Amino acid sequence: MSRIAACFAALEGKKALIPFITAGDPHPSRTVELMHGLVDGGADIIELGVPFSDPMADGPVIQRASERALVHKVGLRDVLAMVAEFRKTNTTTPVVLMGYLNPVFVMGYAAFATAAREAGVDGVLTVDCPPEEAADLSAALIAADLDPVFLIAPTTPEARVREIARHARGYVYYVSLKGVTGAGNLDIDDVARKIAALRAHIQVPIGVGFGIRDAATAKAISVTADAVVVGSRLVQEIEAATEQTAKERLTGLVAELKAAIL
Amino acid sequence: MERYDLPDAKGHFGPYGGVYVAETLMAALDELKNEYERVKADPTFWEEFRQELKHYVGRPSPIYHAKRWSEQLGGAQIFFKREDLNHTGAHKISNAIGQALLARRMGKKRVIAETGAGQHGVATATVAARYGMECFVYMGSEDIKRQSPNVFRMKLLGATVVPVESGSKTLKDALNEAMRDWVTNVDSTFYILGTAAGPHPYPMMVRDFLSVIGEESKEQMPELTGRQPDVVVACVGGGSNAIGMFYPYINVDGVRMVGVEAGGHGIDSGMHAAPLSGGAGVGVLHGAKSYLMQDANGQVVETHSVSAGLDYPGVGPEHSYLKDIGRAEYVAIDDKEALAAFHDCCHLEGIIPALESSHALAWAAKVAPTMGKDKVILVNLSGRGDKDINTVAGLAGITL
Repeated sequence: MSRIAACFAALEGKKALIPFITAGDPHPSRTVELMHGLVDGGADIIELGVPFSDPMADGPVIQRASERALVHKVGLRDVLAMVAEFRKTNTTTPVVLMGYLNPVFVMGYAAFATAAREAGVDGVLTVDCPPEEAADLSAALIAADLDPVFLIAPTTPEARVREIARHARGYVYYVSLKGVTGAGNLDIDDVARKIAALRAHIQVPIGVGFGIRDAATAKAISVTADAVVVGSRLVQEIEAATEQTAKERLTGLVAELKAAIL
Repeated sequence: MERYDLPDAKGHFGPYGGVYVAETLMAALDELKNEYERVKADPTFWEEFRQELKHYVGRPSPIYHAKRWSEQLGGAQIFFKREDLNHTGAHKISNAIGQALLARRMGKKRVIAETGAGQHGVATATVAARYGMECFVYMGSEDIKRQSPNVFRMKLLGATVVPVESGSKTLKDALNEAMRDWVTNVDSTFYILGTAAGPHPYPMMVRDFLSVIGEESKEQMPELTGRQPDVVVACVGGGSNAIGMFYPYINVDGVRMVGVEAGGHGIDSGMHAAPLSGGAGVGVLHGAKSYLMQDANGQVVETHSVSAGLDYPGVGPEHSYLKDIGRAEYVAIDDKEALAAFHDCCHLEGIIPALESSHALAWAAKVAPTMGKDKVILVNLSGRGDKDINTVAGLAGITL
């Protein structure tokens, strides 16, 4: 069983908390300890952002995180090295890379999949690679026992949901709102209705992210979702902290979110 | 050559193009593609489009024989396709009208656009005023500085110009920000994309709306010279004016097609905006696979060009394909060469060309002397240079 499947199985119906941070933010030397800090607070799965120069789907908070990482020229291979370092002392928490296609495309799908597997990555979500363009990448990931994670949006029609369901592994990521990461227009009732409709087609767990900013929202989302993804709010915590206090503050915030969700 | 019929149903030009966007936009792009397929077969749409181009834009744009410059160069005869004489001063308006008519059909009352030099922003602001739509134009703050006349024109036309402070603060970042707006307001908003790049169906749609450039040329050149030109040449940033000129000529044997990219400080300096001619690899940006200026990690690099409209690290996917199959060739002209051609065109022909178009002029001026006097080069003079006078003055140390 993959680490992701094992993680959801071990939760026995409790909901997973999936915190997101960008690799290399605020400094590449801090990422591994921040990942451990997320686990200390109760993270079930970690989404690790791969910095990209043109993060079109991200709001200003995660754009800034990418820019901070890119000051130090953090590339995909550096991110894999961070995951390998994390795996030296943590062999259970699944790690999903989240980013844009170009760095993966440039490295080469097969070379990337092999290196990611060796580093201890469990899943890969490329925001700008919908199933229509994902055949080669998905095949390479699956051949390396990695889960391709796909997005479903509020605008996704039912026929596409069925198509995405055929390709999705690990979990699907339901984008809770029309907008970029960290946006402020989340409608919890609407999300609940959409998740209920998705259940007819989606066999894997359903995570929900974008715009989840506090414990109360996380709790409300966890009523219907299998997993709650929190990104911009955590990145803001890193921004507000010093390099020395970032780990402690992240752990505290993740613990608060974990305590709130079902 | 086999009949050229691209893109395929999924928007691919060989290995290039496609739809590389976040899931939230997929349904909107599908809707757009379906609507465009419907209008493609609807003669009433094209009749209205032609009427607008005739009475509002002033098409057909003339073709002009640059006799003095040709004579001085002593070789091939240079002709200009006068896109600078269109309403708003560039080719961009024809594309903006096509997309705005489509937006109106789809019931969208709000339009957004990205702009580099400001020409597409002005064109979009113009059509938004013409059709009574709300208009937001995203523009890099660096470009706002160097193109202030166009910024004011957009405001006069009632558009809101949104400065973009992220990344390199130029065209690519404006495109990112326009995409973010679209994903947020996808139900109400039509994204009028200004170049032949982006996700399918944009590269095809922009090409089709701008093919009027090449179609007119194909009719006009035989009237003027008795035949088609030996070479057609156009500048290439994203590649909209070039594809508009090239596309109707793809199946015409014997017409050489040359796309001129921005060589900036020179290809060897690395400070340029020439993904096709500067040795860049292939990548994925702004919804499509194409040649892309990037580093070894797949991060998009900053580009340089004296002309804001060519200052873009990617290029439309159809140009990548035309390069690979050898049907078009792509070359670079650096800032200095472009500026020299800008001044020559002013002095010898009494036409102030856009800095973008000056790259195409410079290539023609460079190559004409190596060709016989009976040869014909048709340059797409894609825009007028009034917007560039501050830049040119600044380079000469003059403050206006």
